[in-house]
Amino acid sequence: MTTLIARIRILVAAIAVLIVAGLTTPAMSQQVNPTEQSIKEEQLLRELNRVQGRGSIPDVRSYTIEQPRGRDWREFHEVTLKWIGAIAILGMLGVLVLFFLIRGMVRIEGGRSGRTLVRFNSFERFVHWMTATCFIVLALSGLNISFGKELLLPWMGPEGFTTWSQWVKYAHIYLNFPFTLGVMLIFLMWIAWNIPSRGDVEWVKAGGGIVGHGHPPARRFNAGQKMIYWIVVLGGGAVAVSGYFLMFPFYATDIAGMQVAQIVHAVVAMLFVAAMLGHIYIGTIGMQGAFEAMGSGTVDVNWAKQHHSLWLQQQEAKGRVAPPAEGKMQPAE
Amino acid sequence: MARMKFLCDADRCIECNACVTACKNEHEVPWGINRRRVVTINDGKPGERSVSMACMHCTDAPCAAVCPVNCFYTTADAVVLHSKDLCIGCGYCFYACPFGAPQYPRVGNFGSRGKMDKCTYCAGGPETDGSEAEFVKYGANRLAEGKLPLCAEMCSTKSLLAGDGEIIAQIYKERVAKRGYGSGAWGWQTAYRETIAT
Repeated sequence: MTTLIARIRILVAAIAVLIVAGLTTPAMSQQVNPTEQSIKEEQLLRELNRVQGRGSIPDVRSYTIEQPRGRDWREFHEVTLKWIGAIAILGMLGVLVLFFLIRGMVRIEGGRSGRTLVRFNSFERFVHWMTATCFIVLALSGLNISFGKELLLPWMGPEGFTTWSQWVKYAHIYLNFPFTLGVMLIFLMWIAWNIPSRGDVEWVKAGGGIVGHGHPPARRFNAGQKMIYWIVVLGGGAVAVSGYFLMFPFYATDIAGMQVAQIVHAVVAMLFVAAMLGHIYIGTIGMQGAFEAMGSGTVDVNWAKQHHSLWLQQQEAKGRVAPPAEGKMQPAE
Repeated sequence: MARMKFLCDADRCIECNACVTACKNEHEVPWGINRRRVVTINDGKPGERSVSMACMHCTDAPCAAVCPVNCFYTTADAVVLHSKDLCIGCGYCFYACPFGAPQYPRVGNFGSRGKMDKCTYCAGGPETDGSEAEFVKYGANRLAEGKLPLCAEMCSTKSLLAGDGEIIAQIYKERVAKRGYGSGAWGWQTAYRETIAT
């Protein structure tokens, strides 16, 4: 009996060995080298335009080992952006100089009346100038990143230019907070007067009184000022959001996202600077009596009549126009 | 002068990370920065590949092109180096680099990244070769001593090759001819605008 069991056991074992051998032999005979068919770089770049895998160091960002898209961003930053910036900013300056030579300063017709009314209260002026000074510093420090190495580096020298760039980089990084606050306050405090209306179409058709010599009626803000308002609100919003993506790297985006954020930031900023040059022009040498609206906060009644007739009527109806100041007549410029 | 390049023969890389460790030790690279790293693609699946990657010292390097303060320079051996005295830590080289080579010692919020650090091809920086100041900022300058980068020198399978581009390409070609298939010169097309015909 025991010998029979032992024989069966041997038989079963022999069959098992044969089965295992039968299963493995064909696979062994094929001799495939698995690494020969391994993943190829070209394949990954074609599919994802990037090569990434898994590593053993804690920095997960380092697991992306190749991202040729940086080349495209470089082309944008070194060529496209410089052209956009140069054309927008120099083009705007050229247009303004030409316009000033042809049209000259838009004067208050009939001269100053000597009577004034409040246009912007102290809070409005504070917000405006806070935003404006921040904007100028941010614009110049931003332009330093884009054009500094061509324009300033040759005469500042490498060490001097680095020290300067380091400082303006910090200015750029910290002054964006009051700037963003200013843009938000501008949005809130002037939104009521900046909703586009039918009168804006008439105003634009009449050339805004600056291209032609007509006096299209306007409320507190005319179509041109509404445009500036929306450029500041939307442009300012876009540069702020894209800027924060860059200031807090990897919180919300990866490298590809930061490249896009930088492109948006730079293009919007260049156009923003160009638009603000136009704004500064009209607010200073382009129009008599305009600067004091943001300077002292009051404007001449004749200026208001010429540029914001509907607003003046409204203010007069509310009794907000001061009577003629005796012996304090302003000299005609 | 030679045109120095890196070449990682992915068929031989066994993901031992010795190159990463050697680099960190040789240059006393600060905590959190890895000038070289090994990444495995399709890890655990058939046909996985490990590639050791660092700065490839590109031809017409994008980092140098986008740097707003021009702190990069290329040596006679075509090694791309930078000056930490001139770097302002803006992060632009990091956006432009196809290989994720530039790294910064700090987290980087508010742009306070500190001076950029990357692989120097064991060639130091603008300071006097082998000086203490050079070592503190950039690590060892092996090239000045006539030695090649340590990562490649001590690679146990000789997967990672460093040296004159033509010579290492020739070694790779001979390997491909012998074993019958290539593994791709990872990063070459992006960095040098050429591949190795095999």
